[in-house]
Amino acid sequence: MGEQLQNPILSIEDLNVKFTLRGQVLHAIRGVSLDVHPGESIAIVGESGSGKSVFVKCTMGLLDANGQITGGAIRYNGMDLTSFRTDEDWLKIRGREIAMVFQDPMTSLNPLKTIGKQIQEAVELHQGLKGAAAYRAVLEVLSDVGIDDAPRRYKQYPHEFSGGMRQRVVIAIAVACRPRILICDEPTTALDVTIQTQILELIKAMQKKYNLTTIYITHDLGVVANVADRIAVMYAGDIVEVGTCEEVFYDPRHPYTWALLSSLPQLGVKNEPLYAIQGTPPNLFHEIRGDAFAPRNPRALKIDFLERPPMFAVTQTHKARTWLLDPRAPQVAPPEHIRALREKGGNPYA
Amino acid sequence: MPDQRKKLVEVQDLTVQFGSRRHPFTAVDHASFHIYQGETFGLVGESGSGKTTIGRAIIRIHPTASGKVLFDGKQINGPISRELDREVTRRIQMIFQDPMSSLNERAKVDYIVSEGLYAPGRKISEAQRREMVDKALCDVGLLPEFASRFPHEFSGGQRQRIGIARALIMEPDFIIADEPISALDVSIRAQVLNLLSQLQKERGLTYLFIAHDLSVVRFICDRIAVIHKGKIVELAESEELFAHPLHPYTRALLSAIPQPDPIAERNKKLLVYDPACHRYSETNRPGWEEILPGHFVLASREELEEYRELL
Repeated sequence: MGEQLQNPILSIEDLNVKFTLRGQVLHAIRGVSLDVHPGESIAIVGESGSGKSVFVKCTMGLLDANGQITGGAIRYNGMDLTSFRTDEDWLKIRGREIAMVFQDPMTSLNPLKTIGKQIQEAVELHQGLKGAAAYRAVLEVLSDVGIDDAPRRYKQYPHEFSGGMRQRVVIAIAVACRPRILICDEPTTALDVTIQTQILELIKAMQKKYNLTTIYITHDLGVVANVADRIAVMYAGDIVEVGTCEEVFYDPRHPYTWALLSSLPQLGVKNEPLYAIQGTPPNLFHEIRGDAFAPRNPRALKIDFLERPPMFAVTQTHKARTWLLDPRAPQVAPPEHIRALREKGGNPYA
Repeated sequence: MPDQRKKLVEVQDLTVQFGSRRHPFTAVDHASFHIYQGETFGLVGESGSGKTTIGRAIIRIHPTASGKVLFDGKQINGPISRELDREVTRRIQMIFQDPMSSLNERAKVDYIVSEGLYAPGRKISEAQRREMVDKALCDVGLLPEFASRFPHEFSGGQRQRIGIARALIMEPDFIIADEPISALDVSIRAQVLNLLSQLQKERGLTYLFIAHDLSVVRFICDRIAVIHKGKIVELAESEELFAHPLHPYTRALLSAIPQPDPIAERNKKLLVYDPACHRYSETNRPGWEEILPGHFVLASREELEEYRELL
């Protein structure tokens, strides 16, 4: 992969984030490192509470007031974003360099302003255009995101748009900032399946047209196969596996990735119970010993409960944090339907 | 064979309208289907298609404009006797989409689960009631001591279980599950789906499963009806529907299912449904036709010929 040789556009090193809640400390991100390369699209997948949203919010300075970055670095364009303290610093990054599409288009738009005005705000602030030029730029970006009849739509309010159309508007606002990185936080969770595919296609098209680097955040592994070049699987504040899309789907190595894939209804066999991950994610108020997934992993090794595994490299691009990859570990084969996925690869209803 | 199975719910020519009488909006347009006892019947469509409205019309939340809903052989839409109303209220229960907003935040789980038991005409002692709540909570995999807690103390999956316990305590025959897993995480979805099918096996429950995601519906449903803009466009056994989707809207929906498979996704051809493709006119009207035993499709004469060739 040529991209891998380039310098990363965004590089996160050993990031630690802690929240203080009623005097207790919650360790939300536990030493996560990730390089994002220019032009690629990377998906961060994990359950709710795995820290995936907190992780990307750090890169935009959107942490809640009780959260703090306690260690590590976020390098972007020669700057260390963890050293930013004031909103003024962040305004140079937010929107202009890194823009975000939020989950719920019903709540991320201002209901009292026409959507044209909301997009124009971004255009004026970030592209420096005024008046008629700004208006023309808004119309252009509206048709870019597939909204027809732009002059009429410009004057409409968010309630006059359907869910999918609103998400297009949110994307238009993000793209109008001309960012280098676009973060999509569960961009399709609130939408129907048909609309979901259209929105993902739209984000892909925008990525091509504006040469963006995209970061997807999602809990559903099923939706990212189409859009992601690379996938990072997050569990309990840690990236447990990262690899190219093919590597993660066809040759997953971490038991948590196995479990996530197995629980997809697309892979279920009718009249048999669907694989369900037992138990609940660990409480991050307590310190985690060993592999965070071990208590829910029926085939956990003894060492999983004692020591945190290091990142083992499977290939140059594929890494996983599991003791199973240690040369001394017993050979544990992935569950059957994971192997089946690999064999029938490319043939959905085989 | 199918005809010998008992039809628990029959919906005949159901129409539901909203708005004023002068400017009615037809949310459900002459829908007909039936649900056999003990099966899971899927109703699939995009938002605004009327799938939720059908569910709500069956459970008597929405009044119907025309048509009939029969439950266990008796008509239950329109004016019905008080006894029948009580019977229907107990025997048909509902599970809602968003477990974050469908539970009363200010009530304890104990009350939420047993609220249905307080209905007038039921005499249940406090001890009996407690016992029933404990049992319902155990049935859905929760602990009896959760009864004294408030909903905000639970995760999304646990809340959905509370919602299921609330339906189960009435000992229903028929449960309408309106997008019960759309708001849940993938890993929790599997748990809730398994719970629903386990309960069905143990108690012989009948489900109407309303969803927009065909991949989930295929997994859990025996038969599926696809609804578009208030009209049911296709109905078949789920494997048959996946093997031979006929109506262009069904095919568009199927093509949109995300696959956990990068190669398949890359080669995927997305179909877009354009209602204009039908060329319906006064002389070329669509009808509800049974093209194969148990496989119905909304099609005109011409289209029916085309579809036959596809089979």
